[in-house]
Amino acid sequence: MDSLTANMPLLVFMIVGAIAFASSILVVAMRNPVHSALFLLLTFLCVAVLFFMRGAEFVGTVQVLVYAGGIMVLFLFVVMLINVRHLPDERVLSSFWKGGFAVFLGLFILMITLVRPGVYHDEVANKNRLQAIPKHVVRRIHNADGTVTRKNIVRYTHPKGVGNSEAVGTLLYSDYLVPFEIASLFLLVAMIGAIVIGKRELSAVEEETAPAYMLERVETEKEVKESMSA
Amino acid sequence: MPSTSSYLILSGALFSIGLLGVIIRRNMITVLMSIELMLNAVNINFIAFSHQLASLEGQIFTIFVITVAAGEAAVGLAIIIQLYRLKSTVNVDEVRELNG
Repeated sequence: MDSLTANMPLLVFMIVGAIAFASSILVVAMRNPVHSALFLLLTFLCVAVLFFMRGAEFVGTVQVLVYAGGIMVLFLFVVMLINVRHLPDERVLSSFWKGGFAVFLGLFILMITLVRPGVYHDEVANKNRLQAIPKHVVRRIHNADGTVTRKNIVRYTHPKGVGNSEAVGTLLYSDYLVPFEIASLFLLVAMIGAIVIGKRELSAVEEETAPAYMLERVETEKEVKESMSA
Repeated sequence: MPSTSSYLILSGALFSIGLLGVIIRRNMITVLMSIELMLNAVNINFIAFSHQLASLEGQIFTIFVITVAAGEAAVGLAIIIQLYRLKSTVNVDEVRELNG
């Protein structure tokens, strides 16, 4: 019984990892894109479980929220919007599939041999730092010739009840503030870009049947374009 | 506990499968899904090493990778929609205007 309890995380890893592996194969192998998207969702959820097992609770939650909640809905939405009918005798693979399998086998064998099981077994003892808040302090070092040099060091504090989310948030808003703001700017640019690219122009038939307010908008856009080009 | 190397092996397998999907599939949406799979495999590596080295930097990087993946998916899907309106196909092999 003791050995079973001790091996429980390994057992969970094996099962979840096997599900993630199998469903990722099915993502590539499925003919229908909807099935691919659903298996991709299963893969993301399994990977989130693996994140939780590694003490990354916040990232696991973000994985479920953003990937499973946001990106997958976007994929399913587009698949159903495009609604491509696949004939049963249609080819799924591109003309380059032999080279693709060769690259896959080469990369797979390379990665498995590169990992060399056993090399990475040593765990760093101080696991508590994953739940600690970093704090910058200045340490004065008195040199032998009487001068004093100041050195920035990072101290990790352990207030009671600090979890992984708080530690990540503190780090994100202190050391990584500028990348964080750049990421938000990136998201804004991506959103505007997606809207502009995905917008479509009205066809002649639609201009006849479109309601008045839509036509007004189109005319206003035309006027704006003309005034800008003039 | 599962070792870091087992995480790395799983991550390598997922990355290779994603690359396989990018190369061999003809459907553009599936190709985009395979790219997401590859990004997620990289995230597994980040988390595994973050745990092993007891450092939060890996988790911060994972958050940024997820951000980039979200933006990439949105823009990529918009391009696919526009391409479908233009050519009525999402087939990678049939979009070859730049090919000479």
